[in-house]
Amino acid sequence: MQTVPDSRDRILARIREALQAPAPRRHLQTHGPAAPADGSAKSPEAWLPPVPADREGRVALFAKNSADLKTEFVRCANHAEVRARLDALAAGAGWRRVAAHRFAAGEDAINSLGLPVTWTDSGYTVPDIESADAAITGCDCLVAQTGSVLVTSRSAGGRVLSVLPPHHVILATRDQIVGDISDAYAAVRRNHGGEAPAFLSFITGPSRTGDIERILVLGAHGPKRLTILLSDES
Amino acid sequence: MSAPATSAQFHRDAGRVAHDLRHRELMQKALGGYYLKRDEQKAKYTDWQQARTAAAGIKYEAVNHLDRHLVEFAEKIAARGAKVFWASDGAEATAYICRVAREGGVKTVIKSKTMTGEEIHLAQALEQAGHEVVESDLGEFIVQLREEPPYHLVFPSMHLTRGEISETFERKLGSPHAGTPEELTMIARGVMRRKFCAADMGISGANFAVAETGMISITENEGNARLSTSLPRIHVAIVGIEKVVPRLDDLAILLPMLATAGAGQPITAYNTMLGGPRQPGEIDGPEEMHIVLLDNQRTRILADPEQRDALHCIRCGACLNVCPIFKNVGGHAYGTTYQGPIGSVITPHLRGLQNWKHLSAASTLCGACTETCPVRIDLHHHLLQNRRNAVQGKAAFFEKWLWRGFELVMRRPRLYRLAAPLNRLATKFQPLIQRTPLNPIRAWTNTRDFPKAPAQSFKETWRQRRNAPSAPDADRA
Repeated sequence: MQTVPDSRDRILARIREALQAPAPRRHLQTHGPAAPADGSAKSPEAWLPPVPADREGRVALFAKNSADLKTEFVRCANHAEVRARLDALAAGAGWRRVAAHRFAAGEDAINSLGLPVTWTDSGYTVPDIESADAAITGCDCLVAQTGSVLVTSRSAGGRVLSVLPPHHVILATRDQIVGDISDAYAAVRRNHGGEAPAFLSFITGPSRTGDIERILVLGAHGPKRLTILLSDES
Repeated sequence: MSAPATSAQFHRDAGRVAHDLRHRELMQKALGGYYLKRDEQKAKYTDWQQARTAAAGIKYEAVNHLDRHLVEFAEKIAARGAKVFWASDGAEATAYICRVAREGGVKTVIKSKTMTGEEIHLAQALEQAGHEVVESDLGEFIVQLREEPPYHLVFPSMHLTRGEISETFERKLGSPHAGTPEELTMIARGVMRRKFCAADMGISGANFAVAETGMISITENEGNARLSTSLPRIHVAIVGIEKVVPRLDDLAILLPMLATAGAGQPITAYNTMLGGPRQPGEIDGPEEMHIVLLDNQRTRILADPEQRDALHCIRCGACLNVCPIFKNVGGHAYGTTYQGPIGSVITPHLRGLQNWKHLSAASTLCGACTETCPVRIDLHHHLLQNRRNAVQGKAAFFEKWLWRGFELVMRRPRLYRLAAPLNRLATKFQPLIQRTPLNPIRAWTNTRDFPKAPAQSFKETWRQRRNAPSAPDADRA
């Protein structure tokens, strides 16, 4: 499609003209600056729900948040236990076919299921993913403060895999736990260098809606179940 | 001078809904649960009040350097292959999107929730151009089937019971009767799955646009926005220019606060950041991504330093949920895209003060909206300012003379003394004309008693006591 002439310059001119008159900082006038009395500078995240500094505390907070969110969170001692838990999930729900992508912490466990697997790594068709019983993916990190999992197009097999099948299983390791969303962005910068992936999503519990009489229903459009298998072994 | 049609419609609908007990019960049930969850969630914050100030600071910085942040956002996201279109108004935006749809050979469009899209009547424009448009957000889907506008900017179908929704589904989708919210949700999920897989174009809004990284951020619970922005070949995001924030880290505080203020959640189920269409090396995602940056009178709010903070709004809907007016008159009575206090503040800017000033009068000025706003918009003072501006622009003839008369009487004690017996006379005769057109203040007395004048005014009492020898005042003298 050809470039269409738009109103960029007109809008920017209106904005610049409007901003000639300064606006009062009313939020500071009535309530004081967002800084502690001792004057030490704090980042805004300091006002959010507190997060333990140690990893074990963060795992515990993540587990507690998961319970509130109806995320199935399972702590595993090692990769062998992850495999066993995954097998149990498959047997329990009667999976016949899964969709997944290849990642270090997951490929062996997925292969050991002995089920047909649709791998997304080299392309896929939507019906193949849509009809899979479960999606198994990795992630960039787990956020203790909110009970969220951060997935990106690179860490979770693309943009669609983690939202289309009815059950999403995430395989993660204990060293992927971070404190808050800021930490999660820092982890993305660390994992992927300068150019962040073009798709990032914080997944917090299974898909949900309260649009009918404000009553919670899981699985509105995305997965009805979200399971996180966390291995203590890196 | 007769009131504009907008005002007459508001009075009529507000009057009807305010007396609807079933509506009141639905609101109380829906919002009662919200208050509990919201307070529980707020209590988990180290300091919610400071978090509000910090969030307001972020939006202040963004809005007061809007030109710089917008240009940075547009350049960064364009560098990764998105096409950015700057639209002055709704007509420019819808013309562009219809053109993208036409040139892309689009048959079906799947929409996730966008209030900005509602504002410019995007779905109607696409339908008129011959495209099938399906709302994918459950609440939006329900009101679309019923051919109604959304009731609340976050909970579009909060005015409907499961029975009404089941009836709508039976009539429009031919589905069997469903008795529970879960069954109804699953019917919609099934219908939508087929649409998602067939759609050529997905439309979304954006809750934030991040200048630093050139990304839009979308907040949702259902997963429909994730599907709308990843399955179809073309993704169009319609973004109000005020949505920009400077840094990615700003979302670390805004995403949780949006969910807490709006729905009493720690964070919503999906918060997705998109920085372009499918990139080299990516296996999926849309081939084309279009960002439509919409002004549509937002620069008018920007040009008013007194109310510029109205552009801080993150559309959480918290001010609606606490507003005694919204709870009593409901969302449809407003007749606007944006309901509740924030709608009453910004609609006069977006669509003209004289036609929408009545919304600013429909307020008790209780300040509940200002107190709850997560980005500290001074909402109830803005309602007062709108009243002031409306009168300065065009004072009502009747009111002007009323105040002149009041001034005249108050400045002349002799006239004032006459007023007391006149008042007693009026009290006696008023009931005779109470509900007739002869009554000049019937709009007020229709639902209220005319105050009874006391048998004696203060001045008369005072005079009497001073003249009587036993009065306490006389003792002291």
